[in-house]
Amino acid sequence: MSAQPQPRPDPAERLAAAFRERRARLPGAGLAWLEALREQALERFRAAGLPARGDEDWKYTDVRALARRLAPPAAGPGPVAEDAVRALAFEGLEAHRIVLVDGFLVPGLSALGALPEGVTVMGLAEALAREPQALAPWLRLPEGADGFTALNLAFMTDGVWLRVADGVALERPLQIVHLRSAAPEAGAHLRHVLTLGAGARATVIETHAATAEADVLDNLGCTVALAAGAALDHYVVRESGAGLCHVGRIDVRQEAGSRYVSHNVTLGGRLTRSAIQVELAGEGAETHLYGAYVVGGRQQVDNHTRIEHRTAGAVSRELYKGVLDGRARGAFTGRVVVHPGAQRTDAEQANHNLLLSEDAEADSRPQLEIYADDVKCSHGSTVGELDETSLFYLRSRGIDAELARSLLVYAFASDVLERMALEPVRVQLERRLTAVLLAGREAEGVI
Amino acid sequence: MLLEIRNLHVSVEGKPILRGIDLAVDAGEVHAIMGPNGSGKSTLANVLAGREGYEVTEGEVLYKGRNLLEMAPEERAREGVFLAFQYPVEIPGVSNVYLLKAAVNAVRKHRGLPELDAMDFLKLVKEKIRLVRMDEQFLYRSVNEGFSGGEKKRNEVLQMTVLEPTLAILDETDSGLDIDALRIVSEGVNSLRSPERAFLVVTHYQRLLDYIVPDKVHVLAGGRIVRSGDRTLALELEKRGYGWVLEEAGLGAGAGPAA
Ligand SMILES: Nc1ncnc2c1ncn2[C@@H]1O[C@H](COP(=O)(O)OP(=O)(O)OP(=O)(O)O)[C@@H](O)[C@H]1O
Ligand SMILES: [Mg+2]
Repeated sequence: MSAQPQPRPDPAERLAAAFRERRARLPGAGLAWLEALREQALERFRAAGLPARGDEDWKYTDVRALARRLAPPAAGPGPVAEDAVRALAFEGLEAHRIVLVDGFLVPGLSALGALPEGVTVMGLAEALAREPQALAPWLRLPEGADGFTALNLAFMTDGVWLRVADGVALERPLQIVHLRSAAPEAGAHLRHVLTLGAGARATVIETHAATAEADVLDNLGCTVALAAGAALDHYVVRESGAGLCHVGRIDVRQEAGSRYVSHNVTLGGRLTRSAIQVELAGEGAETHLYGAYVVGGRQQVDNHTRIEHRTAGAVSRELYKGVLDGRARGAFTGRVVVHPGAQRTDAEQANHNLLLSEDAEADSRPQLEIYADDVKCSHGSTVGELDETSLFYLRSRGIDAELARSLLVYAFASDVLERMALEPVRVQLERRLTAVLLAGREAEGVI
Repeated sequence: MLLEIRNLHVSVEGKPILRGIDLAVDAGEVHAIMGPNGSGKSTLANVLAGREGYEVTEGEVLYKGRNLLEMAPEERAREGVFLAFQYPVEIPGVSNVYLLKAAVNAVRKHRGLPELDAMDFLKLVKEKIRLVRMDEQFLYRSVNEGFSGGEKKRNEVLQMTVLEPTLAILDETDSGLDIDALRIVSEGVNSLRSPERAFLVVTHYQRLLDYIVPDKVHVLAGGRIVRSGDRTLALELEKRGYGWVLEEAGLGAGAGPAA
């Protein structure tokens, strides 16, 4: 006797039904503007659906793999051992720590400590209960939002709101730990809002990990707003195991003289789709986007960045480096748009890839669109293999082939990490990178 | 015999480059290898160090009585073979000091010695770097990156003096050196000379052999050793050029690889 396969409901209908069933219990329920936003977002999702095959922007993302894992949020966080959180701390780094499990802030695992005057750190759900009006301007459905972003806004269960008042510096970094418990089949739809007032400074470190090999999807949105002269260092580190998929989109808006530095590191996860969109809206704003992706097996990483120079005299620097082993695929699409009137724009963009196996693949698409004449723009991209001569040189000094390979790979990727201002984060990632490369080999003394 | 090369034939991409090399080097000896451009000197040096891309079509090489050609490059290095490259390789992102430390400890581990800790290692390296009169800052720069031609050659000699090889092959280490550097490099080599060690010195200039006095001088031409002698052979070559040697060996004045 063979069971007839159940016809699978259309994922969009399934999610829409879950939304209707769930919306009265989502945070901020009862706030008219928020309910309207969630409805609008769901409508967008139903209209836009998930990106179709042939959508240029999603050419290098396996949307079907994501669609299979796309699920409504869990009812609450699953159990997570405190050890798992401790393992994600950076040695020697004093940080304000917030822990989110399965898409929900868990106060018992968080350790916020004392915050300076003028700094607010709050869960998004709590903020919607206490200060909804302060958040309202930052919760918007972006123009042309894709299905994932739309769904994120419809379902968002929690996240972190960081607000730093004018002229205030958050000296210790804020670490946002994202964990997945073993609880299966739930999506996490999180949204962070990071707003810095004029001249304010902060450092935020997002780490992503899964305590179990859960075959699930994290759908993350983040809004960053930097007022004039504000400075944010923003680290995103993905070290999840082989099951977890990430979709993340960060929208940054920068006013005059502000500075945004992004370190976007992917060392794990089944599939990572990362998008960073930066609006350089004020004169002399500066943005630095650095990325490293080091993956193997059947892992996939698809990095998208878009930098809009909308004003004169803004600076953008971008360097992404990929190391791809096994049958891994890594893609980089970086668009820099220099709008009319954005004179004295200074933009540099580079993407370099190292293929360690014949079956690995790298796709690199740097794209420049320039509508101003007095600009300095450059871009470059390479895909290469390990240099045999260098390998022989190291081996001829007694260094074995495996270590020689790791050293060269490490050397290739390390100049991205070198730009990290936070030494404990840099050192630990260098170690992790080496460990990934040496695959279990004694990593001590390699650096 | 430390090194014995017997009837060695080597091709590169199907093209024969070495066409029957016989050479025996005893511990304690210094052999100079001279010869026209393209005659196969670097090919020989690279084959001895284990570089890929060379096909040995005939012959054998014994090192300490073992089949050298079967050993991986790193194993040869650990057993005491060292090649100072004609064109040292730049490796951005790997510091000189790290390379030296990894190399020293790989060799020590192979010999059953404990690895040097950071302090002892730095002491050793700083002593050696004084010997070749390089600035200590070179230790912390990426391997050969942005080094001048002469600095690269000195760096090769630094690595050699730190690793203390049993068989050192110097491929034109004197090319591109100023007069002082030539003397310093030679002192580096001479400081290592001992009854257990041997040197194979590839050079175009007899001047180097004033500093590093060889026991034997060989002329490599057309993929073969066409003449061997003592140090007076180098002096004679300096005066008369290669023409007469090649003629006597029945080779044209071109003297490059076999057509
Ligand atoms: N990878 C290669 N592919 C093709 N030909 C090669 C390759 N390597 C070496 N050869 C050829 O082999 C011959 C010998 O080269 P080799 O470098 O050994 O000469 P050499 O004696 O060291 O010369 P020089 O004095 O100029 O350093 C040359 O004709 C060279 O072009
Ligand atoms: Mg040569």
